[in-house]
Amino acid sequence: MSVLIEKKTKIIVQGFTGKMGSFHAEEMIKYGTNVVGGVTPGKGGMKHLNLPVFNTVKEAVKNTGASASILFVPPAFAADSAMEAADAGIKTCVAIVDGIPSHDMIKIKRYMRRYSRTEKMTLVGPNCAGVISPGKAMLGIMPGHIYKEGKIGIIGRSGTLGYEAAQQLKNLNIGVSTSVGIGGDPINGSSFKDILEKFEKDDETEAVLMIGEIGGPQEVAAGKFAKENMKKPVIAYIAGLTAPKGRVMGHAGAIVSAYGESAVEKVELLKECGVIISKNPSVMGETVKSALNSKN
Amino acid sequence: MDIHEYQAKKILSGFGVTIPRGGIAYSPENAENKARELGGSKWVVKAQVHSGARGKAGGIIICNSSLEVAQAADKLLGKKLVTNQTGPEGKITNRVYIEEATDIKKELYLGLVFDRSSESIMVVASTEGGMSVEEISKKKPETIIRSKIEVAVGMQKFQAREIAFGLKIEPNLIARAADTIIGCYRAFSELDATMVEVNPLVISNQDQILALDCKMSFDNNALFRRNQVSELRDKTQENPNEVYASDRGLNYVSLDGNIGNIINGAGLAMASMDMIKLAGGEPANFLDVGGGATPEKIVKAFKLISMDDKVKVILVNIFAGINRCDWVAEGIVQALEKIEIKVPIVIRLAGTNVEKGNKILKESKIKYIEANTLEDAANKAVKALGN
Repeated sequence: MSVLIEKKTKIIVQGFTGKMGSFHAEEMIKYGTNVVGGVTPGKGGMKHLNLPVFNTVKEAVKNTGASASILFVPPAFAADSAMEAADAGIKTCVAIVDGIPSHDMIKIKRYMRRYSRTEKMTLVGPNCAGVISPGKAMLGIMPGHIYKEGKIGIIGRSGTLGYEAAQQLKNLNIGVSTSVGIGGDPINGSSFKDILEKFEKDDETEAVLMIGEIGGPQEVAAGKFAKENMKKPVIAYIAGLTAPKGRVMGHAGAIVSAYGESAVEKVELLKECGVIISKNPSVMGETVKSALNSKN
Repeated sequence: MDIHEYQAKKILSGFGVTIPRGGIAYSPENAENKARELGGSKWVVKAQVHSGARGKAGGIIICNSSLEVAQAADKLLGKKLVTNQTGPEGKITNRVYIEEATDIKKELYLGLVFDRSSESIMVVASTEGGMSVEEISKKKPETIIRSKIEVAVGMQKFQAREIAFGLKIEPNLIARAADTIIGCYRAFSELDATMVEVNPLVISNQDQILALDCKMSFDNNALFRRNQVSELRDKTQENPNEVYASDRGLNYVSLDGNIGNIINGAGLAMASMDMIKLAGGEPANFLDVGGGATPEKIVKAFKLISMDDKVKVILVNIFAGINRCDWVAEGIVQALEKIEIKVPIVIRLAGTNVEKGNKILKESKIKYIEANTLEDAANKAVKALGN
């Protein structure tokens, strides 16, 4: 097993025929992902990359049996596309796009309250690199080859810092079960806690590396969840030691505005929850390794 | 994006919030005329800069004659106002707001923000207006009222009334206060704001409920659909290098150290800055050229860093994914052929085709220090400071 996507998961691309959608669909297919088609309103009936194009997500799901989607639509239309996916019965939707208004994200999340817990779509992102289950499938824009197949779950806000972690692990011959980029926005589809919950239930994941940053309550909420509900070790690194208060550091969500949101405070609060801290970003891999050693 | 007090007031008054009468002025003569136009015998001249705590910094002057108004405007205009929020460099005052003075009976605090835990809009209010919300939560935390608003249905009248009663507002003014609170909520929700703060919200001796000072910030991601807001941007209130960067699609924050950074991805940028700090250095900036790190962005990034005199060493850290290292390396070489950099440059490439990328750098004419890991890069950058 892995979380969110497996080898056979049928995937559609929303915004399939655009430049970004086409490029990354090809990369995903090259990786071995089971891309079964795509959606571009108005272009239904066409073939693109030898795959069918549909006008609506509902049609695509009906004809292909897809259960996952990836969004490559401009930020102004992204909320609409995510809600369309949820309504069509998609179970996992990854929004890569950066720049969705916060009010729109709230709207999506309120819209999804109409579905029961078992029927509800998991939205990952926005403003993220996506999801990869190494050796199985890639629903994202990451370089697949830096991820080795294995048993560490990764959850991170940043794309390239997540790549850095995957490479450090690979250099130590440690692999990844699934890596999930939850994105750098203040309001996102899935939180650290939401994904930790999935990793705790996943047989193939032995430990989880959480790569957080300044701003917001999510890392600490995940730490509390881990303390109360998890048996698997959680290792964390929090970026942004040098970030001044009240300034946005690239990611819209990376801003210290309240107590408990700075890197130092988050690290302290996570330690209290029993989370193992990677003291700097160049030892994320080694910290995971020593956590695994002391576990076994 | 932040806007000025007078702009925020104008917006809120469009949503039914009462504001004192006032007008904007760009010169002392202008200010004097505005005071005459407004009439009365007492005015307040307020420096329009993007900062709170202007009063303590001398940016708000009470005047008893139109001559005093002109003098106050003369004192403020064209000068930098340094508050405890602007940093030592201060912010330039290019306009002043002339307002009729209000006889204050009671000062209250009203703020609206996104609550990231509940993913809703939170109203924060207190009977202790006039001080910052941080101060209120330290000194009088028991006075703070919080009310979570369900965005799908918007703020209900009863919620606004509850807040108003919580603020101990007299019964005959409750309906008016509730309208004011709902007006602020509607402005927040209909204009994609991220913060509305009315501090103080006052009750005057004439029993008016007035927004005496206010601040609004907006979601940059939503400006594409808020033309009336985006045109209120005042670039003179921002750091010039940050304006240069944002106009060119770069994410840049100016800091106090001397090691300049060019990094792809916000998380990796913060992590690299952490490494610099741990190695004993201080970053001069945060700069994310975007995950893709295109040659165009790299050229712009070098240009931007070269404009910062504080920078004594530049650290470039690029983790290339689908944009391969060889492509990134070519971008770096092109950039350094165009722009003369006089300080040492440490370059760390990682990811796809890293060997090819490093080979391109080595075979080029550019002078640089090669680094292999994050830690190595930070150590070499700090070491290069000493040379």
